[in-house]
Amino acid sequence: MTRVALALLAGALFGSGLAYSGLADPMRVQGFLDLLGDWDPTLMFVMGGALVPMAIAWRLQARAGKPWLDERFELPGTRHLDARLVIGAILFGAGWGIGGLCPGPAFANLALAPLPALAFVSSMLVGMLLHRAVSD
Amino acid sequence: MDAFANAMPLQGFIGGLFIGLASAIVLLGLGRIAGVSGLSARAFGIASSGPPRAIALAFVVGLPLGALVTRLLFEGVEVHFPDSWFPLIVGGLLVGFGSRLGSGCTSGHGVCGLSRLSPRSILSTITFMLSGFITVGLLRTGGYL
Repeated sequence: MTRVALALLAGALFGSGLAYSGLADPMRVQGFLDLLGDWDPTLMFVMGGALVPMAIAWRLQARAGKPWLDERFELPGTRHLDARLVIGAILFGAGWGIGGLCPGPAFANLALAPLPALAFVSSMLVGMLLHRAVSD
Repeated sequence: MDAFANAMPLQGFIGGLFIGLASAIVLLGLGRIAGVSGLSARAFGIASSGPPRAIALAFVVGLPLGALVTRLLFEGVEVHFPDSWFPLIVGGLLVGFGSRLGSGCTSGHGVCGLSRLSPRSILSTITFMLSGFITVGLLRTGGYL
């Protein structure tokens, strides 16, 4: 129960950062990706801000035996670079550019612009299901 | 000077700190990567691996709650969507499929993986950024923006 509460708190903090930073605004995302147009550098500052606490967190994690509320760290250990990683990123980046949203902002927007966000989220979940269907 | 007229560097940086802090809480408190594509796939029963579903679902539900509170507390939290739903549908499909195939998105690879200096996340982030630049460049060139 404590873990669920912490997850809810972390999600809310994450959503708050998305809304405040401008990353939840599809037009701002497209403005950042629009090198040929009126380029908006805001997202570089968002990324810079997000990397600071996480860089510190990884150092703390290296010395911690286990997380605060669980028995062990469950972290990805895969290191090899493969075509799936690259093709997935190409498709993801294209969708990010076309819709102006990635998964976090899509869910955050359910509160800010419910109908268009619901359209994107539904479509995104269908895309995830399609991937599961072809990868099984 | 009207270059970067719409930029909001300080607000972006502060919001970014919140995103990073939330990711740090997930890492140090729950022992997991705060990757929204993976957590949402888990929350909706699409992924069979990952944290317990209640934890994934709580994080995903928190996202709109935090955004809502932030818009009530601060001025200038605005979002602008395209008039047509077509780009949302096409974009959503590609984001959903691509993030699962590529094992992550902006949060898991871009924030958590980059700060860990994971080679896979560095390659992923460079690739999806380039893909985004090229896609929007093509949309701009084709007169769709």
